[in-house]
Amino acid sequence: MKLKEVVEVVQGTVLTRGSDLDLEVKYCGAMDLMSDALAYLPPGCMLLTGLKTIQTIRTAEMAYVTAILFVRGKMPDSETIQLAEELGIPLIRTNFGMFESCGRLYQGGMSSVPLTRRYP
Amino acid sequence: MEFTKKQELIYNLPIEHVMRKNVITVTPDTTIRQLKEILRINRISGVPVLDGGHLVGVASIEDLIKALEVGELDVPVGQRMTRQLITVLEHASIIEAVKKFSQFHIGRLLVVNEKGTLTGILTGSDITRGLLEAINLNDHAKELKRNPQIIFREDIVSDQTSLILRYHIKEKDFKSGGSASSKIKRAMEQLGISPQILRRVAICAYEAEMNLIIHTNAGGELIVEIEPELIRMTITDRGPGIPDVEQAMSPGFSTAPTWIQELGFGAGMGLANIKKCADSFTIQSNLGTGTQLDIVIQL
Repeated sequence: MKLKEVVEVVQGTVLTRGSDLDLEVKYCGAMDLMSDALAYLPPGCMLLTGLKTIQTIRTAEMAYVTAILFVRGKMPDSETIQLAEELGIPLIRTNFGMFESCGRLYQGGMSSVPLTRRYP
Repeated sequence: MEFTKKQELIYNLPIEHVMRKNVITVTPDTTIRQLKEILRINRISGVPVLDGGHLVGVASIEDLIKALEVGELDVPVGQRMTRQLITVLEHASIIEAVKKFSQFHIGRLLVVNEKGTLTGILTGSDITRGLLEAINLNDHAKELKRNPQIIFREDIVSDQTSLILRYHIKEKDFKSGGSASSKIKRAMEQLGISPQILRRVAICAYEAEMNLIIHTNAGGELIVEIEPELIRMTITDRGPGIPDVEQAMSPGFSTAPTWIQELGFGAGMGLANIKKCADSFTIQSNLGTGTQLDIVIQL
């Protein structure tokens, strides 16, 4: 699914300037624990989260996450948005909750992260 | 005469790498009227004329104008085309093509293989584009190659050559959390280390960096040592130390206060994550003195 389709499906707004909305995301993972995100998210996916700190952006950077969708209308501060812009990670925000956001994306054809990743 | 790398590149660039392969052609039976439309629609100034697959001529915009002047719209192209065929071999250097362009004052060259079959068409702008691409690719390849050589030059002889990056991490400095790992990641990117390895290094570094920020009394140090065969990370602090290392390693065990968990960390997954990403991982910890993590990732 292209990011512009994601924006449409969750009736979202794009928070970062100059983001390429033609970027394709194959999978989504939804989590508020960044260590879980680091452990489970494969490169090239989109992270759905309600955590709007600078650590969310850092996590995406380290794990090669393509884009972040903030749910429940969470609004990161300008410093956080600026870091995402510098790193080229598009940020999208939706007023829907986590459950509805996931549901809409799933219905729209988005796949979930393959959960073959387990702790030893 | 000495050649620069770029001159050499030009001399070695074969025509087949820059020519256009999807050639629009006509047959001798095509009328001038049809030719006019073909040139207009495709925005081109000439087409090769093929008769049963054999190259027999070129029909250019000049031939078209001459025919239009005398009102020969329904005359077949075969009667008005230019029969002089100026061709180049596809394996020849683009220098050959440049020579022919200036010798014959023509806008396009027919590219053929050894059997004389048409394989492409070449204009001046194709050469310019091809050269720019080749120079770009060459510079990019050089850049990738050059960087590791700065560090691991073969003429530097030692028993062990490595590059060491050292970062001081401040305790409770959540705002900067991850900035050291970000710098490590960027440095490795410049060294041309593959994204798969890079991701594991970055995750280990980030979890360790966050641990120093969350748990230590006086910060700590993150040292990354890059050797030709492996990456070694050593993370040290001066306390408080881990009472039970085995317990700390088990997924889900955490001593972090709730407010840190609200920041998305402290869920007891950090060390387990490092273990998962590392090829070897050890912890030494003494209460009161501090903790040391040793992480190795093979390249």
